Amino acid sequence: MPAVQETIDQVSLIDVDQYKYGFVTDIESDRAPKGLSEDIVRFISAKKNEPEWMLEWRLEAYRRWLTMTEPKWARVHYPKIDFDDLYYYSAPKSTKGPKSLDEVDPELLATYEKLGIPLREREILAGVEGASDRRVAVDAVFDSVSVVTTFKEELKKAGVIFCAISEAIREYPEIVKKYLGSVVPTTDNYYATLNSAVFSDGSFVYIPEGVRCPMELSTYFRINERNTGQFERTLIIAEKGAYVSYLEGCTAPMRDENQLHAAVVELVALDDAEIKYSTVQNWYPGDKDGKGGIYNFVTKRGDCRGDRSKISWTQVETGSAITWKYPSCILRGDDSQGEFYSIAVSNGYQQVDSGTKMIHLGKRTKSRIISKGIAAGRSDNTYRGLVSAHRKASGARNFTNCDSLLIGDKCGAHTVPYIESKNASAVFEHEATTSKIADDQLFYCLQRGLSSEEAVALIVNGFVKDVIQQLPMEFAVEAQKLISISLEGSVG
Amino acid sequence: MLEIRNLHASVGDRQILRGVDLVVPTGEVHAIMGPNGSGKSTLSYVLSGRDGYDITEGEILFDGKEIIDMPAEERAAAGIFLAFQYPLEIPGVATMTFLKAALNAQRKARGEAELTTPDFMRRVKVAAEKLNVTQEMLRRPLNVGFSGGEKKRNEILQMALLEPKLAILDETDSGLDIDALRVVSDGVNALRSPNRSMLVITHYQRLLDHIVPDVVHVMSAGRIVRSGGPELALELEANGYAGYVEAAA
Repeated sequence: MPAVQETIDQVSLIDVDQYKYGFVTDIESDRAPKGLSEDIVRFISAKKNEPEWMLEWRLEAYRRWLTMTEPKWARVHYPKIDFDDLYYYSAPKSTKGPKSLDEVDPELLATYEKLGIPLREREILAGVEGASDRRVAVDAVFDSVSVVTTFKEELKKAGVIFCAISEAIREYPEIVKKYLGSVVPTTDNYYATLNSAVFSDGSFVYIPEGVRCPMELSTYFRINERNTGQFERTLIIAEKGAYVSYLEGCTAPMRDENQLHAAVVELVALDDAEIKYSTVQNWYPGDKDGKGGIYNFVTKRGDCRGDRSKISWTQVETGSAITWKYPSCILRGDDSQGEFYSIAVSNGYQQVDSGTKMIHLGKRTKSRIISKGIAAGRSDNTYRGLVSAHRKASGARNFTNCDSLLIGDKCGAHTVPYIESKNASAVFEHEATTSKIADDQLFYCLQRGLSSEEAVALIVNGFVKDVIQQLPMEFAVEAQKLISISLEGSVG
Repeated sequence: MLEIRNLHASVGDRQILRGVDLVVPTGEVHAIMGPNGSGKSTLSYVLSGRDGYDITEGEILFDGKEIIDMPAEERAAAGIFLAFQYPLEIPGVATMTFLKAALNAQRKARGEAELTTPDFMRRVKVAAEKLNVTQEMLRRPLNVGFSGGEKKRNEILQMALLEPKLAILDETDSGLDIDALRVVSDGVNALRSPNRSMLVITHYQRLLDHIVPDVVHVMSAGRIVRSGGPELALELEANGYAGYVEAAA
């Protein structure tokens, strides 16, 4: 998507600039001081011009967070995070970054080159100071504004609400109040609670009853995209019989001065509704020694609240130094369905602990898990998944397939499935394989003229095919390319 | 085309090739026969550049050029093709996709333009029909669930598409029934050309009834111990390798 990305970013910037709605006047600073306190939470809420109930909600989460401790069960290792040494709010323009591309990790630049990203856009992605300001002056702006306008018109006609969550809190408080925190409660886990207290921004999507969203919704098109920061919050609601497909992420590796990212995504599907959520995550994984990468601690959960509803997660994870992420489905409605398709690639010193939870509560609920983990370099790649059936979940069915592929002999792949069934009629199937790209397989490809990198890309793309097929077309091609690039240099 | 002089190669501390001398002129088909463990397969791997072999002495000239330091994929692009005794499986990758990737990688390495999909499809279609390779087979993942005969036909199909200067056929007859052997041999014979050399490695004489070589070499204990015409293969069939194994030992 690099080609369109530039245009889209320009548009989102324009929109940001147009949204200079009055912040509470007594707050002038663009950046809150380091550390976290009730005052900081109030500051963020005030900056966002939030109603009182939202502030209370945040404060309650903050007080709860103070009593919690960081989870330790994931198979990831990192130095202790000093939560008092972080900034919890900073306006987009005040970010400090490298002065020019000369100061950016050359490996990262090489990747941009391979992805064919235009020069100016590389500066933006790498977070070069002032790069985004300069871009506003570029010509093509008017065209792109009309693209977004057309797009918004069409959504409006369908009755779909798609906006920044900060806007939704102000404009649609009743819907937000009803659903926010109803899937991932403020008390859910350490990082989700932290997110609830300090979330910066994110997306809000509401699809009315019986509406099939006329297009794939992508974060690219959302206002304030560049403004979401490290604590993103997303809420998607599909009313009865509604359908939406949502895409998040970007194939170009994004650098960010915020090392810790703790997003929360909540999905609610009512009777006969369907939500398809696709992610391509490619945060900066750190340099060749594993330094400086993003910690991505995300809570994503979907609630199949209505009968015959369906939620499907598809993810391609290639970035971040540490990924801690379990997009899950609560299958509450009878005959509801949950799906999880995942490709997690780790190379260098990356650590991935990812998987899903399928909680079967309703009758005849079905779930399907296809997970493909690829470990290279000195990375560790863990699949952790829970499939459970409540005692009322008669006729529940799950099929799980976890495949791991190892490249080289210094990486690790681990599979940690948890299966709990309290209903005798539930049928759960679990398949798992671990394989290595064999030397003779590689030699076979080389003998036919492929380079070792082409050979690895080919074998890996074969390995992940089942999941790639689940992605929307335009994402699928890029995801394949991205996976190949992520694994470059993994075979010596 | 191919000149091997005093080639010594080992795996770890085990010496396998102990001074191979072999010349295969352009356009000729040479057979290498020999008992198990004589170094036939090692020779095919060393020629095609597989990692894991130490070449301790000797030289390999291909088109007059030393290739010992050339990586496997460059040798492939230069025109060396190995038909594997046990072709490898690549799950999830359609045979057609693999063929196209291989052909275009070689063309790119030689500085030629990549083939467009319609051009490529046309070529595959022509080559596949001759070898009884169906479209359905081309859509299946590479060699996954293929029968022994299908795998070998697929090897020859690749050879037909890649048009190598030197084709090394490693035990191409193994695992084939008589009908499959005929299809494969016909495919190979159709590719005989004054510009192409072939090195046919086999344990049994029966393949040489179908692919009649210009020269037959006998390999034993890592050396070529005897060379002769096609009649040498018949003699081996009648008398076995016993004499050579003893002679070498």
